[in-house]
Amino acid sequence: MSLNEFWFVIIAVLWCGYFVLEGFDFGVGILLPVLARDDTERRVLINTVGPVWDGNEVWLLVAGGATFAAFPMWYATLFSGFYLPLLLILVALIIRAVAFEYRGKRPEAAWRRRWDWCITAGSAVPALLWGVAFGNIVRGVPIDAHQHYTGGFFKLLNPYALLGGLTTLSVFTLHGAVFLALKTTGDIRDRARALAGRLVVIAIVVAGSFLAWTEIHHGKAAGATLALIAAAGLVAALVANLRGREGWAFLGTAVAIVAATTTLFVTLYPNVMPSTTSAAYSLTIHNASSSHYTLQIMSVVAVIFTPLVLLYQGWTYWVFRKRIGVTDIPADAAPTSVGGAA
Amino acid sequence: MLARWQFGITTVYHFFFVPLTIGLSALIAILQTMWLRTGDERHLRSVKFFGKLFLINFALGVATGIVQEFQFGMDWSAYSRFVGDIFGAPLAIEGLLAFFLESTFLGLWIFGWGRLPERIHLACIWLVSIGTMLSAYFILAANAWMQHPVGYRIDQATNRAILTDFFAVLTNSTAVIAFFHTLTLAFLYAGMLLVGVSAWHMARGRFTDVLRPSLRLGLWASIVATAGLLVTGDIDAKIMTSQQPMKMAAAEALYTTSKPASFSLFTIGSLNGGKEVFSVRVPGVLSFLATGSFSGKVDGINDVQALEASQYGPGSYKPVIPVTYWSFRLMIGFGLLAGLIALLGLWWTRRGRIPERRWFWRVCTWSIALPILASSFGWIFTEMGRQPWAVYGVLTTRQGVSLVSAGEVLTSLIVLTALYGVLAVVEVGLMLKYAKAGPPEIEPPSAPSDGTEPRLSFAY
Repeated sequence: MSLNEFWFVIIAVLWCGYFVLEGFDFGVGILLPVLARDDTERRVLINTVGPVWDGNEVWLLVAGGATFAAFPMWYATLFSGFYLPLLLILVALIIRAVAFEYRGKRPEAAWRRRWDWCITAGSAVPALLWGVAFGNIVRGVPIDAHQHYTGGFFKLLNPYALLGGLTTLSVFTLHGAVFLALKTTGDIRDRARALAGRLVVIAIVVAGSFLAWTEIHHGKAAGATLALIAAAGLVAALVANLRGREGWAFLGTAVAIVAATTTLFVTLYPNVMPSTTSAAYSLTIHNASSSHYTLQIMSVVAVIFTPLVLLYQGWTYWVFRKRIGVTDIPADAAPTSVGGAA
Repeated sequence: MLARWQFGITTVYHFFFVPLTIGLSALIAILQTMWLRTGDERHLRSVKFFGKLFLINFALGVATGIVQEFQFGMDWSAYSRFVGDIFGAPLAIEGLLAFFLESTFLGLWIFGWGRLPERIHLACIWLVSIGTMLSAYFILAANAWMQHPVGYRIDQATNRAILTDFFAVLTNSTAVIAFFHTLTLAFLYAGMLLVGVSAWHMARGRFTDVLRPSLRLGLWASIVATAGLLVTGDIDAKIMTSQQPMKMAAAEALYTTSKPASFSLFTIGSLNGGKEVFSVRVPGVLSFLATGSFSGKVDGINDVQALEASQYGPGSYKPVIPVTYWSFRLMIGFGLLAGLIALLGLWWTRRGRIPERRWFWRVCTWSIALPILASSFGWIFTEMGRQPWAVYGVLTTRQGVSLVSAGEVLTSLIVLTALYGVLAVVEVGLMLKYAKAGPPEIEPPSAPSDGTEPRLSFAY
């Protein structure tokens, strides 16, 4: 495997990690107004992802940084080309991050309602737009000889990419519901499970059609196999959820997300951004990459530190492995009730 | 032009929060260590108190940090293409080494009270602190490469900068000195926050006992930091003079080469090269800043301009002189003032004294703003002073922008500025609310009598 291929794989792995991890905390955010009935229940939902959502988001930052370092032309064309969707994602992620931290800082219901809305919108918008972005990358966009995107904003809103957006939205929402069933106790757990049972059907239909469309138009044997694995993951989640095996259901949705993301990257290879203007203008793992020397250095750093990161992030999930319920939530920590914890 | 404004606004805004994150995480780690060592509950209360302020601030630092990473590609794609081979690596490494470390262990620290063994919990906040410093190092290495590019060659065929020596990029003298300058600044920031918040309560005679150690820690941190800033700033000035002579000349609005060169405290009239109307000058000081000798020669703007024009072709290589001139002075002025106030505070609170001077406490509280102003002007100076270059001597800022429509950039400029404005109001409001509430009481660990699990000791 050449270094260019190695870095293509690394970036695929980073996106898989990002979607699996942030996927469920997006889902939790989206389900906040649906599943929770009062403020304490909303706090249960938020606290299931409280200790980990920030670490999950770093996967995106590292994916972005790795793309910049290993494939600067890809980074430049993608980020300047998809300008407005990325701006929307940025705004969404900003208000979501701030909302997690600030909602509990005042006791007023109006204050909390506003931030809850920010959490939900801030989760739903990126969950939708990442799918739109990836749909466009796989489908190909107009790119000229100077590697500039020439399509404008509305070119990005084509049916295939929009279906991709619905796929990530529905699958992440399902992933969040399954996660909540796994991480909560009592009434919320039952409701999350029931909801997951319905969401999984939607996800199978939407994701199934998106992956089928992908295979019909851009198909490769390896991609088709992976797409089938993704479908199998969703079906497994359906079965496990019916039987009340929440851990297995979560594994099922996680496998589905990894397999579906990998399908897209396999479909792309060896391009990173195919051009619909002329195949000769497509960005590939070769013409978009950094120099061999830079890739070497980055490889050494990645090989040493990635296992370390996985180790301590894994440990975090172990530390916070317990389910939580309404009885675990302490009294309000906002200053009116002096004395709450840090 | 719009892209420049956007980068300037988002960067200065982002940097309101960053030094506080770096400095405060370290000071909180110190307070928590003091608590574990002595068992003194005052320290624990201070940790929880300043911990809350830290988190309110951290949220915005992280949120605005994502913009920083994305906008290179969005607004500066030509720049990204040109320098990606070099510039991307420190950014990616920053993410892998630093961002994962700080965000993961911060989550563990926030939610780990009472759930992790005390020593491991303490290690978490130290790891957060180390993460923030690593982050600063890598991003400053990237920035330093723009100020003083090293370890690269220009590939003629593709017209891109190619990395030839990564070690040189990481050990760039500009990066090392900027790192220490920023690190000491972070301690001044956090130190003055501890001082200012404690002073607010002292003036009202509240929590005097609890906050006294924090006040003293803050004062000491501020003084050590000011000393550090002076030393690192001085070294930085000399490095800058040799690497970016135009920036040093622009800092003084020195048009003609002088030996020795005087330093003006302020000037009216001559900043655009015209006739000086009025100025207060200290002889030889600019020579000392630039060369280490009171009689050293400092190149003037006109000579550097002539030299650079012969090197890089015709064109103006001058930054906006009034901006560099005043930002340089304001940076030093606000920084020194903060140090001076800290020195007074340390003297007046010596050996257990708590002075009665209310005006002094009020000054201390307002002084929280001083390091923020100093650092903002510092960044404005160093970034504006590099203009018209994006990468000094290699790529101009004009060459670096994306081919995106002005409408798109304008949209994002308006959206981000409005959003940042709203968030600033919210953040300041929350900070004030929590700062005024004062350190929380520590509840005895609630051992549940009925054998059930204790509640979470922290929850959003």
